[in-house]
Amino acid sequence: MRAKRKQKLYAILGLVTLAAIAIGLTLYALRSNINLFFSPLQIAEGQAPLERQIRAGGMVKADSVARDPESLAVSFTVTDYVEDLEVRYRGILPDLFREGQGVVVMGKLQPEGWLSADKVLAKHDENYMPPEVAQALEDAGYSPEDYQDESALGAKD
Amino acid sequence: MWAFLHKLGSPKGFYAISGRWLPALWGVAVALILVGGVWGLVFAPADYQQGNSFRIIYVHVPAAFLAQSIFVAMAVAGLVFMVWKIKLADMAAAMMAPLGAGMTFVALFSGAVWGVPTWGTWWQWDARLTSMLILLFLYIGVIALRGAFVSRDGGARAASLLAMVGVINIPIIKFSVEWWYTLHQPASFSITEKPAMPAEMWLPLLSMVLGFYAFFLAVTLTRTRSEILRRESSKRWVRALVEERR
Repeated sequence: MRAKRKQKLYAILGLVTLAAIAIGLTLYALRSNINLFFSPLQIAEGQAPLERQIRAGGMVKADSVARDPESLAVSFTVTDYVEDLEVRYRGILPDLFREGQGVVVMGKLQPEGWLSADKVLAKHDENYMPPEVAQALEDAGYSPEDYQDESALGAKD
Repeated sequence: MWAFLHKLGSPKGFYAISGRWLPALWGVAVALILVGGVWGLVFAPADYQQGNSFRIIYVHVPAAFLAQSIFVAMAVAGLVFMVWKIKLADMAAAMMAPLGAGMTFVALFSGAVWGVPTWGTWWQWDARLTSMLILLFLYIGVIALRGAFVSRDGGARAASLLAMVGVINIPIIKFSVEWWYTLHQPASFSITEKPAMPAEMWLPLLSMVLGFYAFFLAVTLTRTRSEILRRESSKRWVRALVEERR
């Protein structure tokens, strides 16, 4: 009886392990399809197709947002701190859109290297803060993003 | 210790012991959820970027924790049932599944509601969101598979097996935000790391998470007790119990 149970336990563990390996290999093979977006570096390396609907993601570069005063057109630069990607968009941006914020843009990559976006999504990071704390940081000459970067580094130590 | 576990593993012993724990467990669950809910929804400060919509975290995060923990618990119960033939483990697994499916739905729904104002979309096929949707389908599959068999034993074995294989999805959910580029942010709150928010925000969240776990235990014990009575209704101790109550 003991031996029978042990045999059953090994059979189940073996089955689960094999299934895990199969799923792991599948996910590994599909890794580029599972990524929700291309980074500016991947686009600069030519990994993203031209003139087809793609998503690109990164941080909105500081001082790069330029709005057309006559229309809803806006252009900004998305960066992964290695490569930059210029994005042009016409429409309403989400509330959380701001410089230094992560975004995911959906649109078509143009042969000249900029992306014509038809939707912009704001990416939220994992940090939460009351407004007074954010204000106090700003008054002290930091931006909340600096604080977050430092706290993120601190948490890993 | 072994004698106690042995007693806990038999339906009759479990029924007696869980009956003693239940009132306290329900009390703890209600108290923690009330405290965490009122504190989080009314008194905790708003977020500097999201304003009040961040308060969905007080439902979303505990529900997502439970959705994953319940599946792991179901898989462990399935293993215990398959290898050691403990019927009680199968009863508990059967009783957990609907609550797990409900929690998965709550996590998906609250996330979608939060996504509209924050991200600008309620759904994206990103790795975290998709793996969570697969978890919901796995729950539905486990429940349906159990019901699809004529014999109770056959249904129990099939459901256990699906739960054990399906548990592979849990690490995928957990690490999806690290392995791939996703729209969903990494974890703000986990057991192992410092929370990415000040204490007046995460303390109510902690209260909600613990309250949800207590709620899960209380619901599972209560439902397993009624399942024991149903399945063992022909046993002498159950009849004696019914006579006593009459």
